[in-house]
Amino acid sequence: MIEMKNVSKTYMIGDTEVKALDQIHFQIGKGEFVAIVGPSGSGKSTLMNMLGCLDVPDEGEYFLDGIDINNSSDNDLAQIRNTKIGFVFQNFNLLSKLNALENVEVPMMYKGVSAGESKRLASAYLERVGLQDRGKHTPKELSGGQQQRVAIARALSCEPQIILADEPTGALDQKTGREIICLLKELNAQGQTIILITHDNNIAQQANRQICIIDGQISEEPRL
Amino acid sequence: MKIMRTIRLALKNIRSNKLRSALTMLGLIIGISSVIVLVGIGTGATTNITSEVASLGTDILTVSVNTDQGLTLDEVSELSELSGIKQAAPFANVSATVSKGASTGSMLSVLGVDGNYLDVRNYTLSAGREISFIDLDNQSKVCIIGADVSQDLFNNENPVDQTIKIGGDNYTVIGTLTEQGSSMGTNADSMVLMPVTTAQSLAGSGDIKSLYVQTENEDAVNFTQLATENYLKTTLDASSDEISVTTQQSMLDTMSSVQDTLILLLAGIASISLLVGGIGVMNVMLVSVTERTKEIGIRKSLGARKSNILVQFLIEALILCLLGGITGILLGLGVGSAAELLGYTFTYSLNIVGIAFGFAAVIGLVFGIFPAYRASCLNPIEALRMD
Repeated sequence: MIEMKNVSKTYMIGDTEVKALDQIHFQIGKGEFVAIVGPSGSGKSTLMNMLGCLDVPDEGEYFLDGIDINNSSDNDLAQIRNTKIGFVFQNFNLLSKLNALENVEVPMMYKGVSAGESKRLASAYLERVGLQDRGKHTPKELSGGQQQRVAIARALSCEPQIILADEPTGALDQKTGREIICLLKELNAQGQTIILITHDNNIAQQANRQICIIDGQISEEPRL
Repeated sequence: MKIMRTIRLALKNIRSNKLRSALTMLGLIIGISSVIVLVGIGTGATTNITSEVASLGTDILTVSVNTDQGLTLDEVSELSELSGIKQAAPFANVSATVSKGASTGSMLSVLGVDGNYLDVRNYTLSAGREISFIDLDNQSKVCIIGADVSQDLFNNENPVDQTIKIGGDNYTVIGTLTEQGSSMGTNADSMVLMPVTTAQSLAGSGDIKSLYVQTENEDAVNFTQLATENYLKTTLDASSDEISVTTQQSMLDTMSSVQDTLILLLAGIASISLLVGGIGVMNVMLVSVTERTKEIGIRKSLGARKSNILVQFLIEALILCLLGGITGILLGLGVGSAAELLGYTFTYSLNIVGIAFGFAAVIGLVFGIFPAYRASCLNPIEALRMD
């Protein structure tokens, strides 16, 4: 499903060239639960932007579901993010003016789902993450764990091929963090492909496979 | 993405920043409402005058001479014999104190006229008779009074055959005018008409310096104008500067060019104020884009295309301007109606309202496009990193 072929990415910081990703090469299949682990500054954020089609490689090739990302237009990338990828961020990134239900509806709005249908689906996804009675609450009125659940419901709303979770427990206490990981595992058990990006080895252990990134290169893989 | 949802979203954002939105709209509200009020009062005033000019009839020439010695009554009747001229109505304007019995009286405009005057001006009598040749020959001390004068002096009594005092002498009222309203700067309702010969002796001068000439044929009005000018020049040995013969049409033309200039001027002022309002809108939208960088990043990560973001911000600017436009139009109409109560003539056409509304929309688009474009071009990775 995901195929990274010798992908490199270089940034200019001032006058110095920084190689954020260096010849990254891996594949992820359908239904996998993969953790991408690495310390901060290892290039895993860049990798996650790349996987999420927010960025394109300088060198190498990236195929997502058979689509060549290098040769896709801005609009194609937007559509891929919309329908094939569900983002879950460290700090939730919910829209503060919208309530939980409306937040879940946003990707469906861009997909072109009708208002009535997206409302119905949004309720269903909120129910799936256990927040059926919180639909009218704005993010401010929800706890961190609840906000992350809303974000997961939002990520699920367009039935993506991949859930891309970037430090999803980073802003949560341990207990809540465990609950979120449990929820992700549950989703994976139902067949959802999940990629988890984290610096925390304990959390990475929860996944079925780890890809370890250090200094922009893959250091050990696989380790089952 | 459905347009209704975008509109609802825009309204939500506008509502969530009520004070800022209101202040932004204020510039447009002031601009649009001042256009409505100024154009309304401006066209109201000129339409008034234009309709007065037109009501006099386009077959009428207004003649005034500025020579030391004016025309005699004989010369006026000689003029009226010229081919193409139906009748000439000389008039002499004097002011005199008009009173009844022992009351103090008031200074009124007294117009010396002949029998043709009422016909030329389309005035009608509500009672009594017109001024006759005998009155003119005898310099009779008779008068016709306007509706207001009649009301003031006689209340609801019949004034005909009653006596009033004009400039110290007794005059017999022979008729009253129906209510005419104000026209061409003169208000016939508060005027007193008397035989022109009587007025001349009252004023101590026997010259006629102004008259109306009615042509036989409306189409030949320019020919008659020339004939009248020539007659005056030879009879009075006057230069072109000393006489003026104007057609109603030329006055109408002057009026309409005045109106055009006025509207152009107002449009100029209006566009400046709207431009300033528009810059205000752009400024606020730019601030809004900066404030909502994170939101834009999130939306892009969720699959919003450039065009989705562009349309979202553009519609927000557009709605802001249209709300301002509508408020401005309502305020303008309100102020205009208030001005009408104060005695100004205020006319508004749906044209002007439509143009104002259209202008608001154009401003929303023109000044909204730049901030919206900036928003749509934000890099999602950098936008997401914002706090």
